[in-house]
Amino acid sequence: MGEVDVDPIITLIPGIDSGQRHLGFAWGPGDLLTYETQYKSQGAGSVGQACPFVHVVRKDEDIYSPILRKLFNESHYIFVGLQRIKEEVPSKNKKPQFISISKNYRSVIRACMEELQQAAVSTHDTTLATQYGNQVSILLAVELIWNLCEVLFIEAAPAGALLRHLLDWVRLHKADVDEKAQEVLQSESPVQHQAYWDVVVCYVLQGRMEEAAQMLMKQASQQPAARAAYKLMDTLLTKMPVYSPGGTQTQTEFDVRWRQWHQECNRCLEDGSFASYSQLELICRILVGDEDTLLAQRERLSTWYHFLVTRLLYCHPIVKPTELHYYAQASMDMFLDARSGPEPLDSILLAAFEFDIHQVIKDCSIALNNWWFVAHLTDLLDHCKLLQSHNLHFGSNLREFLLLEYASGLFTHHSLWQLAVDYFDHCPEFGRVYLELQIERVPLDTEHKAVKVLRICEQRQMAEQVRSICKIMAKKALRNSRLGSALSWSIRAKDAAFATLISERFLQEYCSHGTFSDLDLIDNLGSAMLLSDRLTFLGKYREFHKLYGEKRFAEGARLLLSLMTAKIAPRNFWMTLLTDALPLLEQKQVIFSAEQTYELMRCLEELTADKAAQDADRPLQEDDIEATKVELLRLALARNLALAIVKEGTIEV
Amino acid sequence: MECINAKFVSQKISKIRWRPVSSSTLQQPDIFATGSWDNEDNKVSLWSVGEHGFSKMDDDFEGDPQLLCEYQHNGDVLGLQTLSVAQHWDRAHHYPCDSAPCTGVVCNSPEIVTVGEDGRVILFRVDHKGILRTIDNADSSTIHAVTFLRTTEVLTVNSFGQLKLWDFRQQGNEPAQILSLSGDRVPLHCVDRHPNQQHIVATGGQDGMLCIWDVRQDSMPFSLMKAHSAEMWEVHFHPSNPDHLFTCSEDGSLLHWENSTNSDTPSFLQGGRNTSIMSRSTVVPVGGNQSLTSSWLGGDSSKVHLEATHMLPTQTLPVNSLDVLGQCLVCGTDGEAIYVNKRVPV
Repeated sequence: MGEVDVDPIITLIPGIDSGQRHLGFAWGPGDLLTYETQYKSQGAGSVGQACPFVHVVRKDEDIYSPILRKLFNESHYIFVGLQRIKEEVPSKNKKPQFISISKNYRSVIRACMEELQQAAVSTHDTTLATQYGNQVSILLAVELIWNLCEVLFIEAAPAGALLRHLLDWVRLHKADVDEKAQEVLQSESPVQHQAYWDVVVCYVLQGRMEEAAQMLMKQASQQPAARAAYKLMDTLLTKMPVYSPGGTQTQTEFDVRWRQWHQECNRCLEDGSFASYSQLELICRILVGDEDTLLAQRERLSTWYHFLVTRLLYCHPIVKPTELHYYAQASMDMFLDARSGPEPLDSILLAAFEFDIHQVIKDCSIALNNWWFVAHLTDLLDHCKLLQSHNLHFGSNLREFLLLEYASGLFTHHSLWQLAVDYFDHCPEFGRVYLELQIERVPLDTEHKAVKVLRICEQRQMAEQVRSICKIMAKKALRNSRLGSALSWSIRAKDAAFATLISERFLQEYCSHGTFSDLDLIDNLGSAMLLSDRLTFLGKYREFHKLYGEKRFAEGARLLLSLMTAKIAPRNFWMTLLTDALPLLEQKQVIFSAEQTYELMRCLEELTADKAAQDADRPLQEDDIEATKVELLRLALARNLALAIVKEGTIEV
Repeated sequence: MECINAKFVSQKISKIRWRPVSSSTLQQPDIFATGSWDNEDNKVSLWSVGEHGFSKMDDDFEGDPQLLCEYQHNGDVLGLQTLSVAQHWDRAHHYPCDSAPCTGVVCNSPEIVTVGEDGRVILFRVDHKGILRTIDNADSSTIHAVTFLRTTEVLTVNSFGQLKLWDFRQQGNEPAQILSLSGDRVPLHCVDRHPNQQHIVATGGQDGMLCIWDVRQDSMPFSLMKAHSAEMWEVHFHPSNPDHLFTCSEDGSLLHWENSTNSDTPSFLQGGRNTSIMSRSTVVPVGGNQSLTSSWLGGDSSKVHLEATHMLPTQTLPVNSLDVLGQCLVCGTDGEAIYVNKRVPV
């Protein structure tokens, strides 16, 4: 079976004249960026001004349609439910579950279709109406294919029951006969209605014998002369044997009975019982399964697969699944016009009748512009263990490949990316890698969204992504001078380096303004203080200020000293600390003990020694302030030392 | 579970609120508003869940929300509150060079208070065009939610795990009180006040912990409960039955907490003195005019019994917002679905 040939669609980009200049492009995950280049096309005359815009071309419009969005959300819900079905129960017992899930998917498709239909009818915009109409026809085809796949692959009914399911399938998709029947029945004289015989024949073609018989009774009551003929027809219709699976009769018994009935119908035809009633004769010919008669009903059948099912009903009711494709191919050939080739839908249905699942999936992928259908169908079939696993070069196996493609497409959507996460979760081989790459590229405008993205990463232990996202948010916060926000992001990421950066900012602000900003934050750091050394210093330094404010000088002094000796304070801050020590040294009472004063002096010496080594070349003016400070300190320290020694040396008598 | 209806609405719901019905009528609420987020065009929509006489047990199609009207909204809808007059204050929350998201809004007619990621608390009045009062730099981290304690006091929660009490009668930009959990600085996302007792407040945080605080006490919360496995987005006391609490979370679940005390005497006879000692001890049945202690603050775990039930059938995508009024609960999720439950057992 060759590839389905579809001509590529040409999309015109507004504002760019492709005849004048060459078009440049770049691929994105789901779309294409196009722009006008400098290069002139061959033979172009005077070229006008270049188009200054970059255009984004999207192939898949469906994800942006508000009605179709419901399809994606509801099917996501069903998908996640399907994945959660336990593995322990063997596949055979899960069949009813799978069938009900398949029905759920289909009902979601139908609900969407109805809504689109209503919208198409009620809208005033003609382009929108055509768009909706197109989407409805695509969904119709999709549901048709899905239903057939459910019947043939998941339900996988054996011969006999198979035909019943196929009949249901056809009836579901040819619902217009019910509308017509309503019309006829509601008219004043149903028998005279022009669609009356239409309805009856359609019922027969669909194998709805009882309804056909009921309709015919109306005619019978009107024509007493033909009573015998109608009675005969009634008998034929109602006596048609119907195979019921799980019933008491076996296939052979059914076969025998069916042949008897078939012979009976044949006899009626040959006897000429219906000779004077052309319509009844037509119906009888259909019952016998006469091919030419059936073909003549082309209009009422409207599709080759209806023709196929009707043929099977009246010629081979116990068709085996393996024989199906012969009849399908033959029916298609007979029914379709030989000149025009098969439509994509026809090839797909034929592939389904041939039980070639891979061909079905392949053709659907090409024909549809969106991976939704193939991804979900393949996933369901995979769960039914119907797909042979052959490894592809990419995406490990077919199911995973399709799910990855679908989910990647979803990720490009500004809102549906959250659904895609669950799809990636259920792709065992490459899902995680894809998610890691994609999740970092979700734009984060508000903290609310960032928190959600982070939660997704944390639940999957994607530590690197967590760090990177927190860093982005913290940087943004820093840029807006929201130091507290920045700090809370670094705490979440446990990012010590960034916490250090933030503390530096705080300290810088202190140095320039003389007071701390955001005291509520620094005062309540709690255990977050331990995240980084600088942060600890900040907390402790603030504590010192508080102690000083509460006039607990001795404790404050101890803290100050420990900040320097325990090397918590950064070197460049020592000067500030020592300057803070000045008022303590200048107090009337001795606060620093002799030991402590020695320590302070040592710190000062360390500091000045360093400075001297570094600023050998510096001009002298800048050092003036520094020099004064150092001198003041030295003086204060010396005085304090003297007082301390005296105090400690004194013995209270 | 049978009485919960889901409707898919093609927009992720960030906030959902019932339109208040006057308590004199025994009517069930039937109109609610939703705000969407993460869309290129966000909307605030009004929906109606009409009542058609008796509600039958097995009728699923009743109660399907119908869209009444929509209104375009710039940016994600992060706060929703019903008012009778609409106004538009532009760029109220801002950074030095950019607009900042406003994260919460609460109103106590005619005053409206908003808080944002820029750490500001702003007070508006419904009939006033300009801003009435701004508390600049109220917080150095993002303020996530706000609620009225009294007519002049609001309580805010921030991403540093602190509750701050602001008194509008006071001048200056300092909070009147700060409460926080000692230990980890976990961001708090939502706050709600007990409808009858103004000192009891419930908060929910990033780690899914539900905390009950007594604002009169000093900084520690009264009780901590592990409610969810991910961020708790909203917490609501039931407005007429405050023994019931509802929380919803990022982990996709909506919990209904019921506080039932296991004692024989009916709750309105249980009283206690309004001192710090009594409110932490067992609730002793005392007659007479004692001020009622809330069952939420009952200290003895053998007497206080807290039950949590899941309200949604399965957990999938995060539940962002919920609102409860009378017997009707409505919630919105990131799965673009609205769930309506008209028979909440309260």
